[in-house]
Amino acid sequence: MLTAADAIQAPSLSLGALAPLLFVFGAACIGVLVEAFAPRDVRHPVQVAVALVGTLGGLVTTLLLAGDRTVTAAGALAVDGAAIFLQATIAGLGALSILLFAERALDPARSTFVAAAAVPAGSPRDRELLTAERVQTEVYPLATFAIGGMMLFVASNDLLIMFVALEVLSLPLYLICGLARRRRLLSQEAAVKYFLLGAFASAFFLYGLALVYGSTGSIRFSDIRESAGAGGTDVLLVLGLALLIVGLMFKASVAPFHAWTPDVYQGAPTPVTAFMAACTKVAAFGAILRLLYVAFGTSEWTWRPLVYGIAIVSMVVGAVLGLTQTDLKRMLAYSSIAHAGFLLTGVIGFGGGADGQSSGLGGTMFYLLAYGLTTLGAFAVLTLVRDGDGEATHLSQWAGLARRSPLTAAVMGLFLLALAGIPLTSGFTGKFAVFRAAIDDGAWPLVVVALLASAVAAFYYLRVLVLMYFSEPAADGPTVGVPGLPTTIVLAVTVTATVVLGVVPGAVLDLAEQAARFVG
Amino acid sequence: MTDFPFLLAMIAVPAVGAAVVAALPRGRELLAKQVTLGITLVVFLLAVLATIAFDAGGDRFQLTTSVSWIPDFGVDFALGVDGIALVMLLLVGVLVPVVVVASWRDTPPGNRSMTTFCAWLLLLEAMMVGVFAATDVFLFYVFFEAMLVPMYFLIGSFGGPRRQYAAVKFFLYSLVGGLIMLAAVIGLYVVSSSELGEGTFAFDALRQIEIDPGVQKLLFLGFFIAFAIKAPLVPFHTWLPDSGAEAPIGGSVLLVGVLDKVGTFGFIRYCLPLFPDASRDLAPLVLVLAVAGILYAALLAMGQSDMKRLVSYTSIAHFGFIALGIFAFTTEAATGAVLYMVNHGIATGLLFLVVGMLIARGGSRQIGDYGGMATQAPLLAGVFLVAGLASLALPGTNSFVSEFLVLIGSFPTVPVYAILATVGIILAALYVLLMYQRTMHGPARGVLLTDDGTAAPGGSTATAGSTTTGGATASGGGPATGGSTATLTAPAPGRLRVRDLGRRELAVAAPMVALIIALGFYPQPLIDLIEPAVAATMEDVGADPGGVEPATTEGTD
Repeated sequence: MLTAADAIQAPSLSLGALAPLLFVFGAACIGVLVEAFAPRDVRHPVQVAVALVGTLGGLVTTLLLAGDRTVTAAGALAVDGAAIFLQATIAGLGALSILLFAERALDPARSTFVAAAAVPAGSPRDRELLTAERVQTEVYPLATFAIGGMMLFVASNDLLIMFVALEVLSLPLYLICGLARRRRLLSQEAAVKYFLLGAFASAFFLYGLALVYGSTGSIRFSDIRESAGAGGTDVLLVLGLALLIVGLMFKASVAPFHAWTPDVYQGAPTPVTAFMAACTKVAAFGAILRLLYVAFGTSEWTWRPLVYGIAIVSMVVGAVLGLTQTDLKRMLAYSSIAHAGFLLTGVIGFGGGADGQSSGLGGTMFYLLAYGLTTLGAFAVLTLVRDGDGEATHLSQWAGLARRSPLTAAVMGLFLLALAGIPLTSGFTGKFAVFRAAIDDGAWPLVVVALLASAVAAFYYLRVLVLMYFSEPAADGPTVGVPGLPTTIVLAVTVTATVVLGVVPGAVLDLAEQAARFVG
Repeated sequence: MTDFPFLLAMIAVPAVGAAVVAALPRGRELLAKQVTLGITLVVFLLAVLATIAFDAGGDRFQLTTSVSWIPDFGVDFALGVDGIALVMLLLVGVLVPVVVVASWRDTPPGNRSMTTFCAWLLLLEAMMVGVFAATDVFLFYVFFEAMLVPMYFLIGSFGGPRRQYAAVKFFLYSLVGGLIMLAAVIGLYVVSSSELGEGTFAFDALRQIEIDPGVQKLLFLGFFIAFAIKAPLVPFHTWLPDSGAEAPIGGSVLLVGVLDKVGTFGFIRYCLPLFPDASRDLAPLVLVLAVAGILYAALLAMGQSDMKRLVSYTSIAHFGFIALGIFAFTTEAATGAVLYMVNHGIATGLLFLVVGMLIARGGSRQIGDYGGMATQAPLLAGVFLVAGLASLALPGTNSFVSEFLVLIGSFPTVPVYAILATVGIILAALYVLLMYQRTMHGPARGVLLTDDGTAAPGGSTATAGSTTTGGATASGGGPATGGSTATLTAPAPGRLRVRDLGRRELAVAAPMVALIIALGFYPQPLIDLIEPAVAATMEDVGADPGGVEPATTEGTD
């Protein structure tokens, strides 16, 4: 059977294991074609349909893959329990985000996205387009590409693929941050800021990659693991790892690499903020877990003190600076920074198991799912409360909301309690899972810090509750829009998940625990 | 009949009831209140039936139900009661219907609906039953924290003028304590998984493992701080006067009467049996806090001009007695402490209720705004006196039995603390009787004077601006009531526009007064329920039950 082809052997590709990625990237490519060829008046529904089919298809195929453990594409991709769980989480949250993008009932101009992004903000043409029902539909293929990149990110088994995935998920995000229909300058500023800092972080990652390659002679995680385990203190390796961590922590919006988060969360269109807060966080933590547990799992001492310190900084910064915020989107941004710290306590609860299985991994994955759903729901509620100038995100505008719209206030209240980690909500179950893993690993001082930070952070969630429920409504308060079908579906799913994962989390926890395995 | 899941029913009935009441359409307030009263009476009935089904001489935990809840964490939805928990459930069963009737004619601030009040109240009842009935530490923690949410909304939505501040303070204090306890709960789980091979939260299993003394101390402190904030003991107490004063009367009764007992209940149920060595080592610390609380809170109570704050401070003093009884490590003192938990709920509950009736008439919480009420409202004054005397533990009232048991039981082991605590009794007489005397006796004065525009311009107009109309003030007894005012149209100066207790208010006060006197003369049934459970706890903690045997029998006479 020897042929000439042996000279250049094509890597074997397991198409089954790649099916979710193919589905999502395929949908993204079709979306580009639709953008080019479909007439403008049918473009929006078609784009939404394509993006939904892509993400839901990705979700279904990952679910069908459950239990699979393969390394494919010449060892570049690891499709294992953890990758499948995280891919399913990203695809599911991505589909919900697409639904939020597709909402047409809330804004008088029928979309939160700009009609033509290239028109300079404030120009006569821009004012003319402000009320036009035209809408830029590139956001759907862009978001689908980002989702695809995220799914690739969590399954990448070597540093180069990880870097490519990082860029694939980041570039579309930079763009869609700048597509807000209202407060366009703020939105564009957010996009530029995100792009500049993001590019900087990518450079860090790339430099770290080079140093690790220089030290171990390989970009493959399994090879790095061997070299790192065998060698003593290699300065290049540790330095490279530190730079890689910086690059990834930036994406996960972990303090002290969080400076972009509040500005970008505030400036980006709210559905995009929801998308970033939920999906990007899952993807970034997926990559962090894989890098630390697979590539550096045998040399835990190299990253443990660093991650330990970063976790504390992130929790404290998120909790304390969140107290001073007066804008809900910024407040949720700081909440996201604090939650990144809590997630890192789960990462610390690694347990040192050499077989790549630990309660920290399962707990962190459960936390990601629970937090993603809750934060997505919270941002979805923000899109409902509006005044003449778009969304009313200033805290004072939410005073007495419960009187005006009890259901909206109740839903928001539930999400806030979940973010604060009150029992019988998903947030508590998640926190319990990661804290248990950390204490199991002897990191109880970290957990005590985390609990105190939770108590501080609870104050700003409570402040919103106080405003909504116990304050008198302002005379010229915002109106609460009646959501269309897409947002209603998102709210229904997120509310149900927040309650179910809090009251009967057994099945999902079990799933996360079983999926908590890495190959490679 | 003993197979019937009483405890599950006592949680499910009010929880479902809360959902039903919340779903009632706006404007059906009367129906909501009737449904709520019905449900709370059903819970009371269930509590009584559970007591009948309970065999005081039988197993430690009875009426148990257990289903696996979160297998991944080793958590069971496990319910069961010993005598201590059972008497607390009885207290919940009695107090909640009383509170419903007492709040019947409240008008919440800012046209909020009483329907919401009823729904939160029912949810709170379900949580309170759960927290006492849980035999799984995780489940206990879940109820312990989740209980905050309904109480937070009760204070924040239906309370007095500073309700927002009080509600947030209440929530944050409890949450900080709860989170510290969470660390200890997880720590306990980790210890159990290294000791038993498999992590568990089951109380019975945890009770039997030996924990390293150093670890024990840390875990004990985790639990203790949470309970000391909840109870509250002195350095952690500052939230209670604010919450007690700003909560609606019904909320205050449940807050002080039941919610805070979770703290002292936690001491005896969790701190002592799970961490016996640490409990013994750190007992002096707790005793110092307890006695400091008895004296300090009593002094503060005397200095209060706001009646609801005063009653809150008296409770802090009483919690000191309860903690003293628990950490004296004798069966007798601890039995007294548990009995005190019940009696304090009844006595202070009635005191809060009667203060609420007074506030409903005058619209002010200040002691200085009242005077000479006894001549025109003898029933009100009488109930006030009974409640006050029960609070200061006069012999013949229920509190006397428990206070006496605590003191006599703690004297053999911790004589110095017992003697210091006795001073608290004298202070209690002072603060209660001074308040009673100022509001009920002397010349008629204050905001209820008919000629308040001319006779006491300084006093009443000044207070009208500064004093606080309680958030949920009953409209029934207010100064504007037509009938009684009409008969007093041309009074001599110094007449008060005040109506004595109505039928509804009598219905609130009568069962409480009856309980105060009945338990004052015949506490034996409760003691029979409590004592085996307390004795078992003392055995866990390794206290020498033999040394206090004679006193035990004597005390239960």
